[in-house]
Amino acid sequence: MNYFPDEVLEHVFDYVTSHRDRNAVSLVCKSWYRVERCSRQRVFIGNCYSISPERVIQRFPGLKSLTLKGKPHFADFNLVPHEWGGYVSPWIEALAKSRVGLEELKLKRMVVSDDSLELLSYSFPNFKSLVLVSCEGFTTDGLAAIAANCRLLRDLDLQENEIDDHRGQWLNCFPDSCTSLVSLNIACLKGDINLGALERLVARSPNLKSLKLNRAVPLDTLQRILMRTPQLTDLGTGSFVDEPDSEAYFKLKHTISKCRSITSLCGFLEVSPHCLPAVYPLCSNLTSLNLSYAVGLQGSDLMKLIRHCVKLQRLWILDSIGDDGLCVVACTCKDLQELRVFPSLPFEAGPSPVTERGLVAISVGCPKLHSLLYFCQQMTNAALITVAKNCPNFIRFRLCTLDPTKPDADTMQPLDEGFGAIVQSCRRLRRLSMSGLLTDRVFLYIGMYAEQLEMLSVAFAGESDKGMLYVLNGCKKIRKLEIRDSPFGNMALLNDVGKYETMRSLWMSSCEVTLGACKTLARKMPRLNVEIMNENEVEFNLDDAQKVDRMYLYRSLTGKRKDAPDFVWTL
Amino acid sequence: MSPESTGTARSAMSDVTELNLKETELTLGLPGTNNITTSSKRAFSETTVFTPTSSSTSNPAPKAQAVGWPPVRASRKNAMRGCKYVKVAVDGAPYLRKVDLEKYESYDQLLTGLEAMFGSLTIRNHLGNGAEYMPTYEDKDGDWMLVGDVPWKMFVESCKRIRLLKSEASGLEIRRTELKLKEKTCGN
Repeated sequence: MNYFPDEVLEHVFDYVTSHRDRNAVSLVCKSWYRVERCSRQRVFIGNCYSISPERVIQRFPGLKSLTLKGKPHFADFNLVPHEWGGYVSPWIEALAKSRVGLEELKLKRMVVSDDSLELLSYSFPNFKSLVLVSCEGFTTDGLAAIAANCRLLRDLDLQENEIDDHRGQWLNCFPDSCTSLVSLNIACLKGDINLGALERLVARSPNLKSLKLNRAVPLDTLQRILMRTPQLTDLGTGSFVDEPDSEAYFKLKHTISKCRSITSLCGFLEVSPHCLPAVYPLCSNLTSLNLSYAVGLQGSDLMKLIRHCVKLQRLWILDSIGDDGLCVVACTCKDLQELRVFPSLPFEAGPSPVTERGLVAISVGCPKLHSLLYFCQQMTNAALITVAKNCPNFIRFRLCTLDPTKPDADTMQPLDEGFGAIVQSCRRLRRLSMSGLLTDRVFLYIGMYAEQLEMLSVAFAGESDKGMLYVLNGCKKIRKLEIRDSPFGNMALLNDVGKYETMRSLWMSSCEVTLGACKTLARKMPRLNVEIMNENEVEFNLDDAQKVDRMYLYRSLTGKRKDAPDFVWTL
Repeated sequence: MSPESTGTARSAMSDVTELNLKETELTLGLPGTNNITTSSKRAFSETTVFTPTSSSTSNPAPKAQAVGWPPVRASRKNAMRGCKYVKVAVDGAPYLRKVDLEKYESYDQLLTGLEAMFGSLTIRNHLGNGAEYMPTYEDKDGDWMLVGDVPWKMFVESCKRIRLLKSEASGLEIRRTELKLKEKTCGN
């Protein structure tokens, strides 16, 4: 098999970049495995508990870039108890002890401590990039350590983390010699920051391409910053509030019009509608626009803005845009590929102005659409069938009716046929999330047609075990299945226990599975961790017939984890 | 895949605007049949806390608050809430304080919060006779109003600052229990 010297193989493997392809390469033969593992620089671990850090380090000594994910997805919606786990410290400690020359670390849904950040900051002299998404457990003190010690820092990207803001001077900790920043995202910081330090940092970062500010940065500071960064391509504003006749606003309008490189715009965490016209000159170049935090904007403001955005490929917006606004999007944004419509919340404000009408309009106007997240007041089968016909290219399709068991708004029937049309038409569908009134039938369709489906989210759906069985038996490529408040039980769970080793994880909460069935599963499949979390926390009723509140199972080579809290019971 | 009939239409759902939960309750069996078999699964209604809408509006959306529904990240929910800080002045105290009105969901919570913030004073005394401090606020029009008359959300929207007047100065007596009753009838 091996006719080439290792160097040639390695050179060829350099062109193989996706994780899955590299994993496949490593399975061909022993020498390919060896060459691949020594040359691998980027490693992705979808579940931090599936393998030990030591083993990863041993296999990939050339590791430079590591991505780790911790808590299950439903942790985003408060379904996972707070101290469940997902700690990054064992990873950082193991990496620090080894001779790995770590340069990039990306973490999602993990618990990160200041100590870990500090250890990270001085253990890796070539460390360049830190991306934290939906993480928690650290403060601005940890950020100060990163700023102070990572001399070659290129990216500091903090997305939607829970950070304890000590309102210190952490931005001051970037030394004067630090001029390497390319990307800085501090939008999720809740406290004040030292504006002078920020301006000075930006002024000495000639390579800065992406800058996302937090709420504490006012309009006049933004203007001064933009004066220094005409090369910026990705901007997140902080507070976009001022009097329309103020000098700061006048200057800003002028400065912004010179920023011809900006193609991605977000922020507006605070915004006055009358200040919005300042960004109009940017609109015709924008490919990405995220206004999903701009609570201060009405549908009419949004429509006026979007009319200018002819090149838009990605749009994240609030449902205040309404169906009429979505019609404007459909007419204007012919290149649209990804759309997310978030709910404005809270419920008391009345029904959402987004319904199936807006989605149908989008499907007509934007045939390139492949990723959708859509919160709406109501949906119909007819609309979904039309969308499926107009947009056969969906890769990700997530629909959320605000009332989770709402039937077809016209016919009062379940939405089975509509979602069935989606899976039948969209042969490349990889991720699906459904809501509305749904019977076992929709799962029959999913099992039959959704051949590429990798992730499925189910809530308040189905009627019997058959539903879950259709999915487990039919979807050959399913990797992540998460189910809540649905009547699936032991029969479905135990039907094909080997299946779970082909998947990353299964989550079931408020379903019909009992403790006894989970024990049986754990006994039959020693390489799965079957975790039970019950409401009553510490006291586990040992009655096998009792239903479990939450079950999370995942394949793992490390066995039962040692950091599980008292209320998590690994069977 | 033709839209075959999956059973008789749900004839009981005559009024579209009225949310009839029984019909949306999941049962074992095809929709439209009457197979209400006993099952211990939970219908959506059992997992939620419903606050009935006021009878004057026919709002079809239930104010359902199931845990984790709608599925929106906490960080996004918190950002939506925003914050509304207003100054609070108390007669006789040298320094003003600030409270975030968005942190509270009712007048009762606000008054409790203010009591805690200012230590020993009582804003409404529980027995209702002789309140110590009267809560007043300045609204958008610049008028000084008595706290408690309008629905909570409207108050948060229009309140610019709060002032706790010593009772003798205001000359009015409104009991806290009265305020609680008012909140109940307004559906806050």
